Amino acid sequence: MIPGAPRRLAGLLRKEMLQIWRDPSALAIAFVLPAALLLIFGYGVSLDARNVPVALVTQRPGALAASFTGAFAHSPFFRPRRYLTIQRAERAMAARRVEAIIWLPSDFARRAAAGGDSPIGVIVNGVDANDARLIEGYVQQLWAGWLTRQAEARGRPPPLALAVQPQVRFNPAVDSRDYLVPGLIAVIMTLTGALLTALVIAREWERGTMEALMVTRVTIREILLAKLVPYFLLGMGGMAASVMIAVFLFGVPLRGSIWVLTGASALFMLAALGMGLLISGFARNQFVAGQIAIITTFLPAFILSGFVFDINAMPAAVRLLTHIVAARYFVAILQSVFLAGDVWSVILPNALALAVMAVVFLGLARAIARKRLD
Amino acid sequence: MFGQVLALIVKELLAVLRDAKSRMVLIGPPLIQLMVFGYAATFDLSHVPIAIYDQDPSQASRDLVARFVGSPTFHLIAMLRSSHRIDALIDSRQVRLVLVIDRRFTRDLLTARPAPVQVIVDGRNSNTALLTEGYANTILTDFALAWQQAHGAPPPPAVLDIRARYNPTLSSRWFIVPGIVALLTQVVTLLVVALSVARERETGTFDQLLVTPLRPIDILLGKGLPGLLIGGFEASVIIAAAVWWFDVPLRGGLLPLYLGLLLFVVAVTGVGLAISSLAATQQQALLGAFLFMVPSIILSGFATPIANMPTWVQDLTLLNPMRYFLVIVRGVFLEGDGARALVPQYWPMALIGLASLTAAGWLFRKRVT
Amino acid sequence: MPERADPAPALRLEAVRHHFRLGKRAVVALDAVTAEAAAGRVTGLIGPDGAGKTTLMRLIAGLLRPQSGRIAVLGTDVAADPLAVQARLGYMPQRFGLYEDLGVAENLDLYADLQGVVPSERAARYAELLHMTGLGPFTSRMAGRLSGGMKQKLGLACTLVRPPELLLLDEPTVGVDPVSRRELWQIIDHLTRAAGMTVLFSTAYLDEAERCDHVLLLHEGRLLGQGPPGDFTAAMAGRSYRATAGIGRRHLQARLAAAPGVIDAVIQGGGVRVVTAAPAPPPMPRDITLRPVPARFEDGFVARLRERTPLAPRAAPVIAASAGAEPAGEVITVAHLTRRFGSFVAVDDVTFSVARGEIFGLLGANGAGKSTTFRMLCGLLPPTAGSLRVAGFDLRYAAAAARGRIGYMAQKFSLYGDLSVGQNLRFFASAYRLAGARRRARIAWAEAEFELARLREATARDLPLGYKQRLALACALMHEPDILFLDEPTSGVDPLARREFWRRITELAERGVTVLVTTHFMEEAEYCDRLVIMAQGRVLAAGEPEAIKAAARSPALPDPTMEDAFIAVIGKAA
Repeated sequence: MIPGAPRRLAGLLRKEMLQIWRDPSALAIAFVLPAALLLIFGYGVSLDARNVPVALVTQRPGALAASFTGAFAHSPFFRPRRYLTIQRAERAMAARRVEAIIWLPSDFARRAAAGGDSPIGVIVNGVDANDARLIEGYVQQLWAGWLTRQAEARGRPPPLALAVQPQVRFNPAVDSRDYLVPGLIAVIMTLTGALLTALVIAREWERGTMEALMVTRVTIREILLAKLVPYFLLGMGGMAASVMIAVFLFGVPLRGSIWVLTGASALFMLAALGMGLLISGFARNQFVAGQIAIITTFLPAFILSGFVFDINAMPAAVRLLTHIVAARYFVAILQSVFLAGDVWSVILPNALALAVMAVVFLGLARAIARKRLD
Repeated sequence: MFGQVLALIVKELLAVLRDAKSRMVLIGPPLIQLMVFGYAATFDLSHVPIAIYDQDPSQASRDLVARFVGSPTFHLIAMLRSSHRIDALIDSRQVRLVLVIDRRFTRDLLTARPAPVQVIVDGRNSNTALLTEGYANTILTDFALAWQQAHGAPPPPAVLDIRARYNPTLSSRWFIVPGIVALLTQVVTLLVVALSVARERETGTFDQLLVTPLRPIDILLGKGLPGLLIGGFEASVIIAAAVWWFDVPLRGGLLPLYLGLLLFVVAVTGVGLAISSLAATQQQALLGAFLFMVPSIILSGFATPIANMPTWVQDLTLLNPMRYFLVIVRGVFLEGDGARALVPQYWPMALIGLASLTAAGWLFRKRVT
Repeated sequence: MPERADPAPALRLEAVRHHFRLGKRAVVALDAVTAEAAAGRVTGLIGPDGAGKTTLMRLIAGLLRPQSGRIAVLGTDVAADPLAVQARLGYMPQRFGLYEDLGVAENLDLYADLQGVVPSERAARYAELLHMTGLGPFTSRMAGRLSGGMKQKLGLACTLVRPPELLLLDEPTVGVDPVSRRELWQIIDHLTRAAGMTVLFSTAYLDEAERCDHVLLLHEGRLLGQGPPGDFTAAMAGRSYRATAGIGRRHLQARLAAAPGVIDAVIQGGGVRVVTAAPAPPPMPRDITLRPVPARFEDGFVARLRERTPLAPRAAPVIAASAGAEPAGEVITVAHLTRRFGSFVAVDDVTFSVARGEIFGLLGANGAGKSTTFRMLCGLLPPTAGSLRVAGFDLRYAAAAARGRIGYMAQKFSLYGDLSVGQNLRFFASAYRLAGARRRARIAWAEAEFELARLREATARDLPLGYKQRLALACALMHEPDILFLDEPTSGVDPLARREFWRRITELAERGVTVLVTTHFMEEAEYCDRLVIMAQGRVLAAGEPEAIKAAARSPALPDPTMEDAFIAVIGKAA
């Protein structure tokens, strides 16, 4: 231990702050990039199918058929178009003008009156499997509602033996933006934390200043700490800006406490910065550092964090892999803190995992950092 | 001068293929992304953890529970004895769905009154919530219809006969994997083209090129055509992987697919050349490529449908070549589209390609002369 | 200089060996180097690029660990306790280690913090450093906006903020203008004489060796020799001559280089400087007169290198009798050329012209505007004002065919590093529109002339610097251009490769090729027929080297060197 550590650290920190302040690109990566990405994703990524164009084919118009197809006109999910023959509807589907066909054959009313079980043809374009499933679900709901109304109107007993009372917790409107935006914050903060740190250290190597630093009495711990603190603060600033955009622009509810959010973000920032420091231990130029950061942090955070794609749905091997993605734990915390509140049974284990990852990454970064060039 | 352009193309391909780092960019990330996207990017639910609180244990309720247990979508992890654990299980995300069978279940069934069942879903992931709810509804409806039939109750006047065209099992992989063809072709082509001029600028060979009798158009062709070749090759490899590794059916012909691929790669090459004429360093080129790539992938319909976006964003996507190519790959793979059906996709891409190449040529000339 | 008796050397190297991998090639950066540096002296680490100077500096600073051998700094083993050593030494790396987005005072503050200078001592220390470096008026200026010479001094001030016992300076004078170089040497002299500091100074400029107390001569990782610089020159006593004759100096040089017993012949002033193999004048034809001159350090270096790679026997080139006498038309004309980047004037009202078959030099430090002028001439950059003509064209708008008459060699021998030597040659042959038999013939010529045939499959990036230079020249000459542009063509290569290079250039000029060359090596200006000296974008002097030197002649400087002339010109302009 060489005396004078506090002064050296203070000097390095002041230098780092001045550089951040004077270098517009650091501020851009910390604030502009998150905001821009949040806007693109917030507006561009939505899984909610609304106004789906459907073809309605009624081969023999009648009161019963009209009552069924009328339900589509009132649904917010569908935008019906009428076709006279099934062939034309099929052509419209092939040309992607409609996503689904509802086909009431010519004997629809007769069979319904005769003994029931009159088939309604529902043909869904299955190319986008997720969309197709959602459309199927909407059609089923519409059908069930129509059946009940029919029975009531005729004073008959309810047509289905079950009365299903659905209850969607935390997000009753089932708005995909409410769940995508919090997860998105995790993805973006991964980019800020890891990319920014890896880039600024690589820049010191490129410009030869790292070589000059290393020959002074500064210790490697002081160099790492001086990088960690300012970029931690910067990342937290970016985090705060992202949360504001989520809450005030996109109207995502924040049901948990701001303290839990801050605490979890701090742990995650440390893990992300640790990752960045680790990358900079291998990559000595900004180009390579940028590529490694994007491939090892951004892509996994995007795909393997459960932010869009449910981890439960992945094959077992991939599921196992997601455990080493820090963003996975943060996404879980964010989705709960935003939509459900301070659910400690989610927060505690995930925060613990984040803490472990932060310690591991920072520890590894410290272990491989050498005050040498080879 | 054909000979000169050929020499440039050969040089460009050699430069990319002889350098271990550029080879990595061409082979490593695409392979990783193909695997990760192919296996991890799925919306298909299976083994969704659920709990059931049966307040009316009876033959009928056991029958219903058996239908949930037998479904591959659901994985029953708890039969509850009381309601007080429901909240805890949902909150901690241990289960995504709780089915509550009401105390009056059997009585109501037997008296031809709608028997109450409650379906509680975790809405934090709204997409999973909707799908889970849909699966549960299907099981419940099937149960109700079967029960009615077995007990001589009158059937409902009409039933749904649902079929999915093109992708009968509604497998996400059939949707995602052809999309990767477009995604990776764009990434690789853009990187190769955008970085090539910047790399020459950095090493100083670009000045050397400009001082030779090569004309700007020769250089532009020499930079663009290798991107075309590499992008086409990369796309072919992924198409092969989609067919033979991921077993996605290729129902249409290769001709309409490759016509689309050609137009797409031309359009992307134009964008890449425009970026590379603006960027002074590889760093800036990488940043420029990233700035183009992220929105163009998000706003392409690759993972989420364009139809779900706000109208002004939908209008914006009309400028995105990937949007059209995605329709082509998926159309040819799953729907067996022919060239004629795809004309509405071809011409906008051709237009974008023309515009981006013209812009690239103009920017390039402006930077050079 | 009187010998001072010092008990312990400040630096001791024992059989230091270090190698690393470069592509597929294992490079021995240092091979069994054993040497010492005396305390309180300036020790010069002299050698061309790739000699191992920077590696050695980094080993001493504890930034690298030697694969074998021992390094002791002030009695402490570096490998065992690098931190203790680093607390006692100062190290200025090649690019000075400055934060360009921090101001002068902020850089000083940072290094004062890192070196543990207490705030109470700072005011006095800063005042002293700023006075010494002349940076006083610029304390709030960003380091990135300083000139090359000022950056160098700020880098030095930062390393000196707490006076180290051993100061390592890695090529501090590369590309820096001669005035700043001189001032740096004054500072170094002051540090060693007054403060008793030990300085290790690395450089590729051989003339700087003579300013050191002790010299370590490195070449390709080996220590070629060590001792006081006087020893090197003393060994060359009686072997250096200046030859004059009634014929053109290039013609004379060509004849002398081929003469038996001569190991070196370079143009200097109106005559040729000759170094002989033995300390006696060699037999000479009657028309050539030899006059003994004092030996230079470079003579010793060349002699040692020649022992390892003897001069290939080579017939004196047949030079057309009319060469030099031909009334030459003007091939390049430049009038009032100006280039601004924003408010910064990179080239300011430059006017000159170059005649056919002439070697014309642009001499100046980094940032003087040489390269900008050069790029405008080649049509790579549009001028803000003024006119220029190359072979009657403005290359910017000239048809492709006009560019076919130009050969261009970019800075740092820019080649396609990923391509092999053969692929580079073939590519440039096609780019210059050669085809068929002519293309094959020219590639064969390049491989034979530059001895590249055996390296045909080697990747260009992994070539040693000298071969990179040859390949770059081969590519530039592929299409037998009339006009050759050479941007810093000899930067970093060893003296033998430099001589080889200039021999080729001279031959080309004799054949009527017009050559425009930029350089920051003062002595290379001697090889030019005419030159301009540039500083801060302006032409300060123009003319034949002899005339420029003559203008600087004074009673104090009866025989000024080109560097003296340069300094005199800058002094006059300031």
